[in-house]
Amino acid sequence: MAEFTLPKNSRIKKGKHFPAAADAKRVKTFQVYRWDPDSGENPRVDRYDVDLDQCGPMILDAIIYIKNHIDPTLTFRRSCREGICGSCAMNIGGTNTLACTKAIDDFKGDIKIYPLPHMQVVKDLVPDMTNFYAQHAAIKPWIHTESPPPPDKERLQSPQEREKLDGLYECIMCACCSTSCPSYWWNSDRYLGPAILLQAYRWLADSRDEAKGERLDELEDPFRVYRCHTIMNCTSACPKGLNPAKAIAEIKKELVGRQSL
Amino acid sequence: MNQRPARPLSPHLQVYKPQITSVLSIVHRITGILLTLFAAGWVVWLICLNRGEHALQTFQDLLSSVPGMVVAMLATWALFYHLLNGIRHLIWDTGHWLELDTARRAGWAVLILSLVLAALAWRFWQ
Repeated sequence: MAEFTLPKNSRIKKGKHFPAAADAKRVKTFQVYRWDPDSGENPRVDRYDVDLDQCGPMILDAIIYIKNHIDPTLTFRRSCREGICGSCAMNIGGTNTLACTKAIDDFKGDIKIYPLPHMQVVKDLVPDMTNFYAQHAAIKPWIHTESPPPPDKERLQSPQEREKLDGLYECIMCACCSTSCPSYWWNSDRYLGPAILLQAYRWLADSRDEAKGERLDELEDPFRVYRCHTIMNCTSACPKGLNPAKAIAEIKKELVGRQSL
Repeated sequence: MNQRPARPLSPHLQVYKPQITSVLSIVHRITGILLTLFAAGWVVWLICLNRGEHALQTFQDLLSSVPGMVVAMLATWALFYHLLNGIRHLIWDTGHWLELDTARRAGWAVLILSLVLAALAWRFWQ
């Protein structure tokens, strides 16, 4: 059953305020979710006033500025700073996106930053991704073949066959989509969620893969696929402009299409 | 090893910004539940019809009171909304209209058309 409110230990308390230097001209306030596993206290939201003249243009720049210059205890994941690693996925201004590709200028007023929604928090903006990765492993995201490969070359695809993977292979597994999905919030123990299902479809759509039947057997389940109700938060959130909702619809079509009348 | 406190659950409904697609989706479910309740109300009307003039009059009086009218209007709109959005879902099931712009436009169309049809039904029904 869906729980709409936060458990007692997760309710957010008021946090600290870190004002900017007195001579700062362009000041932006960042309200950032904090939880320290060592404190034994509830999560809180700290307010950091950042001098934008001292800081780069992206949200990630602001968070790094906060860590380097205001509060070194702030914890978050980041790596590539160019939207290809997926590490800095978080809830910014009410929707999930990558901190590195989202501009500070896109927001009016205070910018609220929370971890990816409905996840166990390890610390501050770092969620526990264990279940998400386990679900990814469960769909066996690699090519399955029965036939031996050609002795003198790779398994070839026509340009048309290759084109079917466009919009699927670009996924960076940041989990912005899955953690934006209310269905995934309530059923992440059994529903695979948009990111994993887009990956599942990526292998169903691959002309070289020879395990389509087994893959569909694995997906044929009231929960794994069919908790998708086309809410489309996934597609709205995807920082790479992909369409998990459409991929899930294609999986549903495959599942129905193979049934005999 | 030290005993760590249980990890908190990050906020979800509390912080996630409503999208037009997500709002219309939950409205579809709510109108579905409402229609089930209205269907029960319709059965009560049938029972009153069977009981005779007095029972029927009581029901009709209730329906023409202000709260009764509000409920009836809500039922009319819920019917049209659920019907039109159901068609949108059927189109989705064929793999069409799933791009973000078409899904949003069709959503707004369903919302506006459901209000128009409900208004027309009230205008020409009586």
